[in-house]
Amino acid sequence: MNWCAIFAIVRKDLKVVSQNKGVLLPITIIPLVLFVVLPWLTALAPALVNIAGVSFSQLDELIARMPAGLQQELSGLNINQKVIVFFLVYMLAPMFLVIPLMVASVIAADSFAGEKERKTLEALLYTPTTDRELFFAKLLSAWLAAIAVAFVGFVLYAVMANSAAWSVMHHIFFPNFMWVALVIWVVPAVAGLGLGVMVLVSARAQGFQAAYQLGSVVVVPVLLLVFGQVSGVMYFDVGVVLILGLAIWLLNGLLLWLGGRSFRRSRLLTS
Amino acid sequence: MNTPVIIINQLTRRFKETTAVDNLSLEVRSGEIFGFLGHNGAGKTTTVRLLNGVIEPTSGSMSMLGLNPQVDGPELRARTGVLTETPSLDERLTAWDNLSIYADLYGVPKTAARMRLQELLSEFELTDRAQERVSGYSKGMKQKLALARALLHKPELLFLDEPTSGLDPLAARHVNDLIERLARREGCTVFLCTHNLVEAQRLCDRVAVLEHGRLVALGTPTELTRQYVRRLEVDMEVCEEQVEVAMGILRSFPGFVLGEPTQTKGALVVTLNNRESIPDLMSSLVRNHVRVYRISAQDANLEQVYFTLHGETEGVQ
Repeated sequence: MNWCAIFAIVRKDLKVVSQNKGVLLPITIIPLVLFVVLPWLTALAPALVNIAGVSFSQLDELIARMPAGLQQELSGLNINQKVIVFFLVYMLAPMFLVIPLMVASVIAADSFAGEKERKTLEALLYTPTTDRELFFAKLLSAWLAAIAVAFVGFVLYAVMANSAAWSVMHHIFFPNFMWVALVIWVVPAVAGLGLGVMVLVSARAQGFQAAYQLGSVVVVPVLLLVFGQVSGVMYFDVGVVLILGLAIWLLNGLLLWLGGRSFRRSRLLTS
Repeated sequence: MNTPVIIINQLTRRFKETTAVDNLSLEVRSGEIFGFLGHNGAGKTTTVRLLNGVIEPTSGSMSMLGLNPQVDGPELRARTGVLTETPSLDERLTAWDNLSIYADLYGVPKTAARMRLQELLSEFELTDRAQERVSGYSKGMKQKLALARALLHKPELLFLDEPTSGLDPLAARHVNDLIERLARREGCTVFLCTHNLVEAQRLCDRVAVLEHGRLVALGTPTELTRQYVRRLEVDMEVCEEQVEVAMGILRSFPGFVLGEPTQTKGALVVTLNNRESIPDLMSSLVRNHVRVYRISAQDANLEQVYFTLHGETEGVQ
C-alpha cells in the first residue's frame, strides 16, 4: 500500500468536503442540535414543567414498562433526575448513532458519486494508485471524518449534558460505561455501515444527490433502535451495545467486500 | 528516436454493441510527437485509457515502455502523464492544492515538489493566482493548470487530449512550443490526440488517422499528403499579353488539369491531379514561348488528407 498516495486522496477529499456548503451544513447543524440544544432543553424540562403546573407522574408509568435493568439504573433518583438520566443517557444513545452514519454517508456520497458527477475522477484514475489504494483512501476519508465528528460530538455532549443538568444532578453523571462502549465500539462500526451502503449505491448513482437520497435508507435500522428503546422492547446496556457493535461490524465486512469487488477503474469510467 | 515505446497489436475494445477501437495496430517511437487524429467518438480517448491500463481490452495486446498496461498499470502510470479531454480539476480547491495533491499521488518528494510546482506555475503564468480557487479560473487557465498537472512528475510519455482547446492563440502557441521543447530537448514522447489539423501538421513527426475505431492512415504528414492528396492548386504569373495562349495550353491538358483554369488578379490558377504534372505543364508552356514569371504550388496539408480519408471511409460505410 502506498500510504503517501492514500493520505493525499484523503487530504483531497476532506479539503473538497470542507469547501462544500451542501455537505458541510448537515454535518454541522444536526450534531449541534443533538449535542448542544437537546441537553439544555432536557435539563430545563423539570423547571418548565413546574412553571406549567404539570407533573412527571406519567414518566413513572413509562419507566415501569421499561426493562428491569433500566429501572434498576434509575432507582434511587428523584423524578427530575430520572427525567435527565432517562432522556440524556438512555433515549439519546441510539439517536447518537445517526451522526456517524449521516456524516459517513454524506462524505462517501460526495467522494464516490460526487467525484464522478464533477468529472474529477478521470485524472485520479490516471495516477499510479492501485484500485485497492483508491478504494481504501476513499473509505478512509469518509470514515475518519465520521469518527472525528462523532468523537468531538461525544465530548461536546458530555460537557453540555453535565453542565446543563448540574443543578439537578449535582455530580458528573455522563458518560457511563454503556456510552463509552457505544462510542468506542459501535460508532466506528456504524460509520462503516454508512460507507458500505454508500459505496454500493454510488456505483449505480450518477450524482451526489441521487446517491445520498438512495443511501439514506441506511438510517432505517437506527430509527428501529430508537423506537425499540422508546417502546421498552430493548434497552442499551453494555452487553447489548457490544453485541450490536459485533453485528454491525460483520455486516460491514460483507458490504465492503461486495463494494470492493465492484470497485474497478474500468467500471468507474464506463458505468 | 527509433526504439518503440508503444506497441499496439490488433487491439480491440467493445462496449456492448459499439466497437470503440477496432483491430488497431501501430507503434510509437521514443522521442517523437505522434499525432492521433480522428473525429469525436473515433476511439482516441478509449485508446489512451487502454494504453494506461485504466480499462481492459476486449482482445489484442499492447506494450508501453516495455510494460503491459493490464498487469503493470500502476508502474506504467507513474511514468506517463495524461491531459484528459476535460481538465478534471477539483474546482473547489486552489491551483496550488490541485498540483500538490497530485505531486503526492505521483510520488514526487516534498522538497522537489515545491520547486516543481513553482516552476510549472511560473511556466504557465499562474503564479499570481496559485492560491485562488480553480472555480474562478477561465477555461484557458484551467487547461494550462491541467497541463501543468500532467507534467508534474516529468513523465517519459505524455498523452495530450486536445491540449490547446480553449486557449487563445498566444497561449496555444506557448503550449505548442512547450510540446516541441519537451520532445526535442527533453526526449519526452508525446501522444497528441487532436482535431486541430494545422497543429498536428506543425508539430507531429508522424500521425495516425482513426475512423470509427479503425486505423485508416499512418505516416509522416508529408507521406500522407503525397499518398492521399490528389488535387494540387497551382498559381502562376505569365506575360499579360500571353494569358489567353496560356489558358488555351492549360485547357489542352485534360488528363492532369482538373476543371477549368481561372484568372484572378493577374494570376492563373489551375488545379492539377498531382505534383508530377508541374514539370510537364511548365515544359509545354515554355515550348509554346509563354513567358512564365512565377509558379507556385500550394502545399498540400493534413486537412486535405483528413477530408479525403473521411470521404473515403464514409463512402465505404
